[in-house]
Order: sequence, then structure tokens, then C-alpha cells
Amino acid sequence: MKCGVVTFPGSNCDQDCYHVLKSVMGQSTDMIFHKDTFFDDDFDLIVLPGGFSYGDYLRPGAIARFSPVMKSVKKAAKIGKLVLGICNGFQILVEANLLPGALLKNIDLKFHCHDVYIKVMNNDSPFTALYEKGEVVKMNIAHADGNYYADNETLDELEQNSQIVFCYCDERGEINENSNPNGSVKNIAGICNVEGNILGLMPHPERCSEEILGSADGKRIFESIITYFERRYACDSRN
Amino acid sequence: MIAETELKLHGLSTEEYQRITEILGRDPNNVELGMYGAMWSEHCSYKNSKRVLKRFPTTGKRVIQGPGENAGIVDIGDNLVAVLKIESHNHPSAVEPFQGAATGVGGIIRDIFAMGARPLALLDSLRFGELDEPRVKYLFSGVVSGISHYGNCVGIPTVGGEVYFDSCYRDNPLVNVMCVGVANKKDIKLAKAVGVGNSVMLVGSSTGRDGIHGASFASEELSEDSESKRPSVQVGDPFMEKLLIEACLEASKKDFVLGVQDLGAAGLTSACCEAAARAGTGMDIDISLVPQREEDMSPYEIMLSESQERMLLIVKRGYEEEVSKIFAKWDLHAVKIGTVTNDGMITVRKEGVKVAQVPAKSLTEGVPEVKRESSQPSYLKKTAVSVNTGINENPEKIFLKLLGSPNLSSKRWVFEQYDHRVGTNTVVKPGSDAAVIRIKGTSKGIALTTDCNSLYCYLDPLEGGKQAVAEAARNIVVTGAEPIAITDCLNFGNPEDPEIFYQVEQCVEGISQAAEFLGIPVVSGNVSFYNESPQRTIFPTPVIGMIGLLENINERCETGFKDNGDIVVLLGEVQGSTEASEYLRYIHDVKAGKPPKINLLQEKKIQQLCLRAVREGVVKSAHDVSLGGLAVALAECCVIGKKGFKGNINCKNLDAALFGESPSRIVVSVSPKNMETLKLLAEQMQIRITVIGTVCESRMTLAFNSSVVIDLPLDEVIDVYENSLERRISAQ
Repeated sequence: MKCGVVTFPGSNCDQDCYHVLKSVMGQSTDMIFHKDTFFDDDFDLIVLPGGFSYGDYLRPGAIARFSPVMKSVKKAAKIGKLVLGICNGFQILVEANLLPGALLKNIDLKFHCHDVYIKVMNNDSPFTALYEKGEVVKMNIAHADGNYYADNETLDELEQNSQIVFCYCDERGEINENSNPNGSVKNIAGICNVEGNILGLMPHPERCSEEILGSADGKRIFESIITYFERRYACDSRN
Repeated sequence: MIAETELKLHGLSTEEYQRITEILGRDPNNVELGMYGAMWSEHCSYKNSKRVLKRFPTTGKRVIQGPGENAGIVDIGDNLVAVLKIESHNHPSAVEPFQGAATGVGGIIRDIFAMGARPLALLDSLRFGELDEPRVKYLFSGVVSGISHYGNCVGIPTVGGEVYFDSCYRDNPLVNVMCVGVANKKDIKLAKAVGVGNSVMLVGSSTGRDGIHGASFASEELSEDSESKRPSVQVGDPFMEKLLIEACLEASKKDFVLGVQDLGAAGLTSACCEAAARAGTGMDIDISLVPQREEDMSPYEIMLSESQERMLLIVKRGYEEEVSKIFAKWDLHAVKIGTVTNDGMITVRKEGVKVAQVPAKSLTEGVPEVKRESSQPSYLKKTAVSVNTGINENPEKIFLKLLGSPNLSSKRWVFEQYDHRVGTNTVVKPGSDAAVIRIKGTSKGIALTTDCNSLYCYLDPLEGGKQAVAEAARNIVVTGAEPIAITDCLNFGNPEDPEIFYQVEQCVEGISQAAEFLGIPVVSGNVSFYNESPQRTIFPTPVIGMIGLLENINERCETGFKDNGDIVVLLGEVQGSTEASEYLRYIHDVKAGKPPKINLLQEKKIQQLCLRAVREGVVKSAHDVSLGGLAVALAECCVIGKKGFKGNINCKNLDAALFGESPSRIVVSVSPKNMETLKLLAEQMQIRITVIGTVCESRMTLAFNSSVVIDLPLDEVIDVYENSLERRISAQ
């Protein structure tokens, strides 16, 4: 599997994602500068990392979506490559209309950095296949604009298509107001597109992929992706 | 001769003006006067403190760079170095808390990457007045937001620090920020303008009119007019800083980049003269080449602007294009503004016409040193009394009050607004004695802490100085790390007052004695004087920033209790003293008594015992006993480990046993099978240890001479500790 991690000006989790993919998961990984473009087949997985692209000026993700690299990201997504947007990467995906909805300021207007519990709502996705459906996992959040919003019509569609992938919950898996750190509608922490090859989430799986950092629950996202491509390549070679 | 009022505008005395005319052999012009005024301010010149600071022990086998550069450097083995520095941004934060604190973060980060090191962690040592005042709440939340805004965006985790509240900081809060970076030894860049004919390049933001006179503003007392000095506070752009970090670190790796100097207080003036003076060279610059964001800026304004996010690069002649290319990648400009000369002069031109010319060294070293008088403060006669209040309430109630008090309760509300995880290196998170970060690609870790008991320093400056070092070292040792370097931030009132100067001398003496005895060199630091208003002066507050080295990060130890049935042991004396304690200050509103004396030999032995017990895996948790005494320390072990405790203390006085303070004490937990080993180790090192209880499931129960005095469900202890600060902030 070939991975690419995009660096926008102001990205600050790009090296963290690179570290996990390259050193923890042992995958071939390149950094992609935002001014560059790439060919459709260069990468199987493209990660849009967390941070403050363009200083969050205007709105988080609003300027980054115009970076030249986003043209390549859109094309790669169209032919079924996987795109993973984490935190600011999620915000960019939403601004680029690759995912529906919007990410508003946290309801208490404060930056939140702490562990949260999230529930796996959909494990029928290349990103989550190794989780159990309904499983409760611990991940770190660190954002000021993670309050997911979509209108009712969009929410209905998200639910019908199983596009809601992660929801904030408590340790026991209860999804309620007390377990919602930022005011997200329906406690949504992560969603995918209809086709299932683009995932955006506010929690940081790359910060939770090694036991020494307090949790390795996020690692299974990367393991799921690797397994997905192993199977796909195995199928391809049989055909 | 110039009018005294105009001199005052530049912060200069008539004597100093006299000296300038001697140096130049003529009267200085306005630009030169501005340059001297800024560089000869206390903030830049340390003219009041220089003599005292010479006392610090600054050498050691690991020290590569001691005080005098942008930051200190220590060797951490395997061709790696750690770079560290702490700095204050007190006055800006007093008038404009958000930007004041934000630019404080920005400035200290530049000091670290100027040396070629990637900044890996930030710590904030903050002090405010009492939280029930609306203005204090405004300052507190403004400072926290400012740090959060800047630190989070720039992508450096804020992993630790401290927050302390006392009325003495009401008008003049303290905002001290420490940054630590790591570099390959071969990538270190010094801030020296070497090689005559080489180019001087200015990179990063363009220059505006912001922050002019910032250095002078930092070198006077706060007053009624301070509010009007708000324009002296710079405005920070963390996004620009992030780009600057990446571009400068890329440039630093190139051989043709010879020196890097950040532009901080006194802007271009200080950057040019410091880099030239260190190398014994001069510089000839033309300010019309400086990229400007405002129109018609005068040479005076350009030389003294403190616009943020700018750096000065010394580049080998002929490689200017290469440097510009690196910066262009990040959409930053890099402009040649002058050349290195051999005449030792800073020559400033505008469109080729000379507008100022002064010897570089005269700006950095020429200031007439000020010899301050010192006399023992008269208040000490009143405070140095033995205070015996006795316990006036149910001990359990007092315990909960203390545990929920602003100084002792968890600072979760603060550190959860900081991204303390970015970088994926934070192994021991904020809320512990010291944070621990890993160094990727090695088995090493670095422990970091800041510490100062300013009430001790107020009541006994010598003892307070010693204990600030000892406690910081204890914080490092309980993680399993060996303390290796100190960076200090000396916050005091007006040094022209002999009683204040006495505090300075004594604190520095105390710090030096302890640092010498424990073998931890001071490698960088900062002095902040004039922290007072007409109404009040701050406690002497020499904040000690310290780092420690873990050769094997898997040998680290944490604060929280681990397993039911583990034995809880106190290393050191059981009996504390309530004098000068937080208990006395908060519960009885008494700021008096003699702080308990530290025996440095005993301290060293306890630290060695703890370090050995941690590294050999004998103990499962270790926690320093400090503010709030043994009862609060035990509660912290419970809360952080989410475990209960059941135990007993045999002692003379109830309040001294529970809440009394005493240096050289550490609480550890140990599995029963390792108890004998711990006893043996303690015997070998002649340290008294006392079993005080066991770890259990879900209650905290503490007896005094076998009768239970505290018996609470763990959930209640957790709630009071974790949520009290937030409740206090939210209360109208």
C-alpha cells in the first residue's frame, strides 16, 4: 500500500500521521506538499492531517480547499482511492464538498484537548472493518471547531446510507448530551461519503496508535485500511 | 545637552546619556538614542542583575552552551542536544492578556528554533490575584486563551507548567513561558554574525509600527498610565510563526546559513548588535530594504519595531538566492538588508544615507552597571514569628476545602484548552509532577517541570531559592529522570528598592547553593523586574524551569496509584510544619512563619533513593509531597490513579500531619513483594521510610494516630479535585 500525507501551510499533525504510517504501520509513505499535484495511481491512501491550515483564517479549511493538491485528491477519490481527513483534514473535506455538512465552533467556544469515547456505528467500511459494530473506543480530540452540523434532510440521508461512522459516547457506550464534547448534532464524531472511500473524523487516531501514548485504539483504523488493500490486491491478482 | 524629559522617553538616565556621548565622542541623534534606550533597558541589558547572576553555577559535563545565547544547550547523548529557555511576558499580559500571553509563547519558541532545534514542548508558569475578582478572572481566562490560541496553532504541545493565585499578583500577573527543543548536535546554529562580507538577511513577517518601546515598557513599574501603553503590546500571528519554524529549520540544515538570531525585544536593533557583538564584527544595514507593512516608517520606528515572527539570518555571500528559495516555498520573504563588516560598528542607512552609527559592543555591554543597595526587608521581622493556629474545624472539611482550592485543585480547565498531545510525543501528560516527552527514534525521554514556592521566597528568600530548585528536581526525579539543566525566570519588584534587591540577592544565592549541591547547571534564563503597582509588589518569584533525562523511557514512573494491595510508603520525615504553608495561607489567611529548612544532603539522598527505586522497578508510583502536605499528595495519587487509599499517620499535631509541609518527602507505592528491597535500599542510603497505608478500591480513608479523620468516597475526592477550578470560573 502506498500512502501520501498532505502538508498544507499550517498543518501540524502531518509528521505525526507520517510517523504512524511509516514507522508504526511500516507502510511506504510520502509527504505531499500542497502546491504539488499527483497522478491518480500514486497513492492508495491520502491523509489530510490535522492542524491549522492557513491559520484557520476565514474558516477552518476554507482556504486549504483551493490548494492545487486538492484537485488531485478529488480525482483520486473519484476513482476509489481512500481519503482520510483527521480534524482539520475533516474540516477541509467538508469545505471542499467531499463530505456533507459543516463544522462549527464548539458550543462552549473553547478549545478542547482530552480523551473521548466514541462508538463505532458503521464497521462496513474500509476504515473500520476491524472494529466491532457498536464497539466503544478511546481517542484524543483537540479542536475548537468540531461541532458537526447538517440540516435534517442531510442527516436523514447520512443515517439511511450508514454514513455516520463514529459518535461521541460515554465509557459504557451511551450516546447523550453529557458525552458530547462540542455540541455536534447527533453526537457525530466522524462521517464518510456515500461510496464509503472518504472518511472525516474529529478525533485523532494517529495520537492513539501506540500504547506508550495512552491508547492504541486508533491503530485499527490504519490496520483496517491495510487489510482492505491487501484483500483488494489479492482479488486483483486473482482476476 | 538634551532635556531630561526626552531622556525619560527613551528610558535613559543623565548618567547613561553622558556615557553615550563619551562612547560616540558626540551627541547621539534620535535614532541612536532610541537604540541605546532600548538596549540599555533592564529588560535587554540586565544592568541591575548582571553582577548577581554571575553567582549561578553554569558549567557541567553536559553543558554545550550556557547563558548568553538565545537559549541554553545540554548534551543528551547519541549526538543529540536539548535546548531550553524560559522567558517572562508579564507587563504585556497585565494590560492585554490575550496578545500579551500569545506573543510570549511566540517569542520563546523563536529562541529555540533560532538555535537550529525543533521546539518539542512548552510549559507555562502563571500567577494571578485571587479568582473572586472579575478583573483577575478576565486576566486569567485571557492569558489561557492567548496561550491556547498561539501554542495550539503553531503545533507545539503545551505539556506542563503551574498556576498559582495570591492577592500579591492582582495588578501584576506573571506569565512565564518555557520552551524545550531537541536538535542534532551538528545542526546547532549560534547567533553570531561571522565572516566579513557575508549577508544579513531579514526573514518572516514584514515590519510595522507595533511594539515600539516594548523593552522600556517592560522595565518600569505598572501604573495608572499602563493601560495607555497597550499599543506597546505586539500582536502575534501563530500561522506565520509555524511557517517561519519550518522554513528556518530547513535553512538551518544548510552550511551556507551561518547564524540565526530572533527579533524579540528591541527588534532589529538588538538582533543586529547582539549577533555582531558575539562575533566581534559589525554590520552595515539599509532600512529601506526592510519589508514594511505600514507606509512612511521612520528609521527610528523600523529599528525599534517589535513586530513579531521575524528572524535575522547570517548567510554566506553568494547564497542569498538559495535562502530566498527555501522561504519562498513557505510564501515568506527573505531579504538581504546588509552585510557583516569588520569595523565593530552597527551602521544604519536609509537609501544609502547614514542615519545611525554606533559600536555594536557598546549597545550590548556598554551600559554602566548599576550597583544596587540591599537591605533586609523590614516585613521579615513581623512575619518571622511562630504561628500556631491549631485546627479549628472538622479535618475532613478542611481537607476538601484545600483540595478544591484554586492553588491545589487540578488545573484541568487550563491544560485541556491547550493541545498537549500534538507531536505524538507526550507520554506523561499535564497534571503530574513533571511531564515526560519521548524522543522519537531513540529510547530516551525528557522530563520537564517549572516550580517556585513564592510564599517561601517571600518569607525567607534564601530558603525559598533553595527549595525552588530542590522541588523542581524532586518533580523530575519521581518520573525516573535525572535532572540535567535549569533555566530560570527571576520575577521581582523594583530593584531600586534595597529591600527588593535583598530578595533578588538571597533568592539567587539560594538557587545557586541548591543547584551546586545537586549538580544541576543553570544554562539560560530571564530577569523580570518592576513587577509592582503603586498598591502592591509581587512575592519574589524565581521560577525554576528544569529538564531531566530518561535514558530508557520504559523505566518511567507516574503519580497515580496502580493496584489494590500495594503498600504506600513515605520517603522522608512524617512530621510536616504548618508554618508558611498553603494550609495556613488559604484556610487561616496567614502569610507568615518560617518556611521549613531544607537539608540539601538529605534532599540529595532522598532523590537518589527515589531514582534508584524507580529505575530498578521497585516502586509502581512516585509523587512529590508539596503544597497541601501529605493528605493532598495522597489524594492526588488516588485521583490520578483512580484508586482508593486506606492508611494511618502517627504524629504529634493533627494539622501538621495532614497539611504540614516539609521538603524532601516523596510518596511511593510498592507491591508487597518488593517491600523488602525498598527497605534495604533505604537502609543503605540511611533514609527514613514509613509505611502509611495501602492502595484499595474506591474510598480514601486516612487515620491520625489510629482514629479516622478523613473517610470519603473516591468519586467525591475526584469531583472536588477535578472540577472545583472550573466551577469557580463559571460562577458569576
